[in-house]
Amino acid sequence: MSVVSAENIDFRYARQPVIDGVSFSIEQAQRVAIIGPNGSGKTTLLKIINGTLVPDAGRMFVAGRETGLWKRREIARKVAIVPQETDVTFPFYAEEIVMMGRFPHLKKYHFEDKNDYRIVHEAMEKTNTLAFASRRFDELSAGERQRVLIARALAQEPEILLLDESTVFLDLKHQAQFLSLLRQLNLSQRLTVMFVTHDINLAAQNASKIILLSSGKIYAIGEPADVITAANIKEVYDVNILVDRNPHDGSPRATLLTS
Amino acid sequence: MFFVFLILCVVSLSVGSVYIELDHVFHSIVAAITGNLSLSSEEELILFSVRLPRIIFAGIAGAALSLGGVIFQAILRNPLADPYILGISGGSALGAIIGIVIGAGSFYLGIPLLAFLGALATVFLVFIMAGRSRGALLDNSLLLSGVVVNAFFSAAILFFLSIINSMELHSITFWLMGDLSHASAKEIGIAAVCLLAGFIVLYAQTPKLNLIVQGEDTAEHLGVNVEKTKQGLLIVTSLVISVLVSVAGIIGFVGIMVPHLMRLVFGSDHRLLLPVSALFGASFLVVADTIARVVFSPAELPVGVITALCGAPYFIFLLRRKTF
Repeated sequence: MSVVSAENIDFRYARQPVIDGVSFSIEQAQRVAIIGPNGSGKTTLLKIINGTLVPDAGRMFVAGRETGLWKRREIARKVAIVPQETDVTFPFYAEEIVMMGRFPHLKKYHFEDKNDYRIVHEAMEKTNTLAFASRRFDELSAGERQRVLIARALAQEPEILLLDESTVFLDLKHQAQFLSLLRQLNLSQRLTVMFVTHDINLAAQNASKIILLSSGKIYAIGEPADVITAANIKEVYDVNILVDRNPHDGSPRATLLTS
Repeated sequence: MFFVFLILCVVSLSVGSVYIELDHVFHSIVAAITGNLSLSSEEELILFSVRLPRIIFAGIAGAALSLGGVIFQAILRNPLADPYILGISGGSALGAIIGIVIGAGSFYLGIPLLAFLGALATVFLVFIMAGRSRGALLDNSLLLSGVVVNAFFSAAILFFLSIINSMELHSITFWLMGDLSHASAKEIGIAAVCLLAGFIVLYAQTPKLNLIVQGEDTAEHLGVNVEKTKQGLLIVTSLVISVLVSVAGIIGFVGIMVPHLMRLVFGSDHRLLLPVSALFGASFLVVADTIARVVFSPAELPVGVITALCGAPYFIFLLRRKTF
């Protein structure tokens, strides 16, 4: 059964169509990359998947149930998102931020118990953030913050993890760690991962399926080798690329051709 | 895990210390009064029927205003927001004055009700003016709209006070600077009940507040129905503030100083911030009111003079800082 499926969804901000007749279906434990130029609707699509935005037309299903029917708290137990950025007006400690991932699991009017602390501790261990657990979030570097937000999403114990450009601020070592962690969670817990990225090679190497968006429509969907072609990229991004095989795992590798 | 537990223990001990401080202040006031006044049978009368209710009332007022500050700052994600700055207090006052003018006082709770409507209308107005921005509402449009709303309400209040010559209309200073000396036991009782009920309702929402200050999108992602929560919080907070204003007048700046100071000491977790702010706010206003009573004794200053004298410089200091 598909865990995430879209049936012909439209979404507009004001009158501007952002998502236009999008349909797709994602199986459990797939790793899906969403790529496309700026303004092609990638982030909006993520927000529609986790139900914070409701499509103007069409239907979005998560675990077989339409997103509009879920209570926020219920859907937050299934779907977690790592946002691009977060508000840091008020000072919180890194650990408090991660603990907020437990909110959808807390019973009403209850405080976190030992189990919640254990889960938070594990999430911080996996993301290598324990070292600054008691530092203030707003004083961390961009990469450190991003790891804290990833830890928060893991503490949510989701079945579907949505990532919005979550590797951009990470240095190489943490990028590698994070990508391995995703693979591992994907294999061991059958976590479904959907990630938005601008890095075509990152998508090709780490996704089992790629959605290529162009002005709110799905231009191509399928395995990396079928989507990452010179013709598709030329059409959608208006750039010339050379596609060959990456020697490490044979996934398609794009090289930007500049004059 | 144990470390976190220790932090929580220390923190909860500190909450106790603020309470002790309040207690301390309370006792020292009682002692000072007893010491100053000649020992006679009037002493007890003054203590228990004049001073005590007033101190209790000051505590209620301080707690309610601080509560309002915490909630508005969280919802607007702006550490400069408070019921006074946003004009909510002014709206309540205008509502109450209109209530008195049209004779709503003859109905049970008529005046607090109109104050409440005034507050709600102001909240609505402020949100429209500040726009439904999804980002941080740090920009000064909110403060500017508050300035405009406040100027308008001050003018309207003065207008009504000038054209109506009624014994029931308190003095101008009551409405513009606050006054804790006129409240009857019944009014204090109503304010206390509203504060208590409001606190319980608001406290139950504090985990959601923690998420909302991370940004509304984030709160939604983590399972909060933001619109619904915000509406509920605004209504309850407006109720607490408006009832208070209808019996104590407009006391400014408490709601801005107290939450900020408490955040510096206790961090931003609203489950802690809300109660410590209420307690500290209560202590603060008791002290402020005591100062207002004693500096030029036997003449009294309106308590709002003291809070504005501390609060306005503090506000400027906050405005010039980048982090909160």
